[in-house]
Amino acid sequence: MPWARRRIPLAWLLLVRQPVRLAIALAGIGFAGILMFMQLGFRDGLFDASVTIHRLFDADLVLVSPRTMSSISMAAFPEGRLVQSLADPDVAAMTPVQWEFVLWRNPENRRTRSILALGFDPEDPLLSDPSVQRQAPLLRLPGRVLFDERSRPEFGPVADWFRAGRSVQTEVSGQRLRVAGLVQLGPSFGADGNMLVSRETFRTIAPPGSRGGIQLGLLRLRRGADPLTVQRRLDGQLPSDVKVYTKDQFIEFEKNYWRTSTAIGFIFTLGAAMGFVVGCVIVHQILYGDVSDHLPEYATLMAMGYGLADLLGVVAREGLFLAILGYLPAYGVAQGLYALIRNSTRLPVLMDPQRAGLVFALILSMCLFSALLAMRRLTDADPADIF
Amino acid sequence: MTETPSLQPVIQARGLCHAYGRGTMRRQVLQSIGFSVASGEIVLLTGPSGCGKTTLLTLIGALRSVQQGELEVLGVPLQSADRERRRRVRRRIGMIFQGHNLLRCLTAEQNVQMGADLLPTLAYGERRAVARQWLRAVGLGDHLRQFPHDLSGGQKQRVAIARALAARPRLLLADEPTAALDGRTGREVVELLRRLARDQGCGVLMVTHDPRILDVADRLVTMEDGRLMPGALRQTGR
Repeated sequence: MPWARRRIPLAWLLLVRQPVRLAIALAGIGFAGILMFMQLGFRDGLFDASVTIHRLFDADLVLVSPRTMSSISMAAFPEGRLVQSLADPDVAAMTPVQWEFVLWRNPENRRTRSILALGFDPEDPLLSDPSVQRQAPLLRLPGRVLFDERSRPEFGPVADWFRAGRSVQTEVSGQRLRVAGLVQLGPSFGADGNMLVSRETFRTIAPPGSRGGIQLGLLRLRRGADPLTVQRRLDGQLPSDVKVYTKDQFIEFEKNYWRTSTAIGFIFTLGAAMGFVVGCVIVHQILYGDVSDHLPEYATLMAMGYGLADLLGVVAREGLFLAILGYLPAYGVAQGLYALIRNSTRLPVLMDPQRAGLVFALILSMCLFSALLAMRRLTDADPADIF
Repeated sequence: MTETPSLQPVIQARGLCHAYGRGTMRRQVLQSIGFSVASGEIVLLTGPSGCGKTTLLTLIGALRSVQQGELEVLGVPLQSADRERRRRVRRRIGMIFQGHNLLRCLTAEQNVQMGADLLPTLAYGERRAVARQWLRAVGLGDHLRQFPHDLSGGQKQRVAIARALAARPRLLLADEPTAALDGRTGREVVELLRRLARDQGCGVLMVTHDPRILDVADRLVTMEDGRLMPGALRQTGR
């Protein structure tokens, strides 16, 4: 509508000239928005956290056992399969990886806790993280470990001690190990902490049942090769005791486990849905009360010749303004709370544009839906009653 | 639609009847009303309360559908007029209510502009100018930015008059516009209404109980029990 054709912004004035009602409405919408941001943030953060290490692997293709369900139950497969795949002309290099949960003794209070240990040959690239690549040669000495300093604090003040120059020694599966360096990976859903060791060291700490075979095979392709094509080819050629994924498929496979095999997605989605419902109730109460209070005024406008459509437009715009005004503070507070969560839980909870858009769409539909319900009250505005 | 010539009636009613309720609860409030109001004419409608004055006013104001009889307002036959046609007629009728019915969240100026906003052809700035001009005309040029609750009863009623006139009506309907006002203020408001309506060449039908303002009328119409009294269409001598 051209600027010159605009009218008195009645919807806006109705809101701002009733500051108390507006404040209550915005508090309600903001609360609902924050709740949705938190629940969805936790959900996505937990799913993302489950693949923290997966994302870091220096690989184009990944070999796992078909019995592997997720990172917390990695089954072994014969290492020979990895060597076999080297025969493919597009495969350039490989890294066999061993993957087990072992018991780490907190060097301060001597309590043990389960930690994820990755065993690899220090000569082979494992993670595309420069500090890992730089420190990998330190693992050539037996009994040395690179400790993930972003592991949960229950593993002890390893990073602080190490930085202070102390020699940090602890016991893993009954073997004495020494921290040779610190890396930054991050805890995931399944693993509260991570450590990297050489395959020789791994052999000494792994549970006896899993000393044969490997849990993970990383393959790097020649420049220009299409991972999907090679993945299909290898998956067809290799026996059925091994499965080939592209790196993205491997990440998706892990996320999918947490999404479908656990209640996490359901719980947090339900939490977000409750925020939505609470928001709907609050906005509806506010708008319904607003329409009821102004019913004689709406009837007057109808008597003056304004149509029902004009008045429905006023209520709809009130809903729209409430959505925008309520969303902005929710967005700001959520940013702050995300930072708080990142610091206290070390989960990768970030404001991503997709979720920001989703929450705005939810708040908008919440406000417009409530406006729609409040509009039914508007049909009670009978201009014949006001004389 | 062509401009109504001044001699053509703005209201013409013939055999107008109206009843509320159904069956045994049915109550006849208007019985074969027939009268007309010419453009530029000021007609006062009086009668005891409950005699059907307000019902008649809501029918003429196109706020209710006509049940029986003929009613033509501003050249539009309202019998069998649908909601949308009645709304279009209402746009050309100014209404002033007993309780001023101003919008609480709007300033005096914005309230008047709600009337001017109904004019489809004017730009925003022009409609705003119209609103100010009418507030000045009712003597409230200094109160543009005040809210209704900061205005006295007489001032509110004057804002309501300005709002009604800002939409350039051809017909003005007023329901006891002086009821909430003291004698002197009521008198002032009605004088103002008469002067402005006459300048606009706009017909006025005003329901009132107030004997002090009867002399502003060109004609006086008395109703009783849903009928116009015989010989009621008397001239007031103006």
